[in-house]
Amino acid sequence: MRFGVVVFPGTWSDCDFHYVISEVLHQPVRYVWHRERTLNELDCVILPGGFSYGDYLRAGAVAGRSPVVEALREFVAGGGHVLGSCNGFQILCEAGLLPGVLTRNECLQYRCQSSHLVVENVDTPFTRGLRAGQVLTMPISHGEGKYYADAETLARLKQQNLVVFRYADANGRITKASNPNGSLDNIAGVVNPEGTVLGMMPHPERASEAAMGGTDGLLMFQSLLGSLVEDGSFLKR
Amino acid sequence: MRARVLVRLKPGIMDVQGAAVKRALAGLGFSELNDLRVGKVIDIDLDDPTPEGARARVGEMCRQLLANPILEDYTIETVDDLAPRGAAR
Repeated sequence: MRFGVVVFPGTWSDCDFHYVISEVLHQPVRYVWHRERTLNELDCVILPGGFSYGDYLRAGAVAGRSPVVEALREFVAGGGHVLGSCNGFQILCEAGLLPGVLTRNECLQYRCQSSHLVVENVDTPFTRGLRAGQVLTMPISHGEGKYYADAETLARLKQQNLVVFRYADANGRITKASNPNGSLDNIAGVVNPEGTVLGMMPHPERASEAAMGGTDGLLMFQSLLGSLVEDGSFLKR
Repeated sequence: MRARVLVRLKPGIMDVQGAAVKRALAGLGFSELNDLRVGKVIDIDLDDPTPEGARARVGEMCRQLLANPILEDYTIETVDDLAPRGAAR
């Protein structure tokens, strides 16, 4: 599988993703500069965390209209896979590739801590190797991670099972205390109806080796590799 | 033509920043505050001779980038009829 890791001015998790993909997963990967418009040869594009364009105006707002994200629309329409983490999730929402929006944490503090996620939807290439109800531990690191969508959108998310991760306690219980940022319904990650575009606030790339303190993030990469190789969907592109 | 865009959170969207500022003002003794919300002002100078034309273009800017319709409302004022260029600052 060929991965691309997008780099905007202000991106900070690009090297972490590149490292995990090349050194842990041993897959081909290249950096994609934000002005690039050609993504055809890639199977999965990563939008990493950081502060693209300084997060000016709103987090992810300027990046959401950048050349590479415009090219991403065609890439997604052609069956390509996209994983946006942290600022990448904010960008996907601002670009309209995922529903909803990320806004300032309810506590008004930047939260950099370990978080527990309960897996809600295992019918995506990113989570097919996981169990529904499984609890994953990954870091979060953001100031604007409070997921919000209007009531109509939230109902559609639930009806179509598009919520992939919710913040939970260590036992998988969805509680107010385990919600680090005030996200609606403890939502930590959502997917598009096709299951090809996943956005999440936590950082799987920072939980992909024992030396990082955990490997739950790696389960997502392995799931993606396994499911795409298994059904051969990436070969059809 | 100059235009001024006011972007504010929609009614019903919790404004945590506004709540923090309100608490800070209350701490300074401004106890009469009922509500306080924080928004953004965007001043734009553009090549369009008419307020109607400028308003239409700036509206398009708001829809495409300046405001997020999920969270925010916006209003547009054309300010050509106010002070001469530069004097308003």
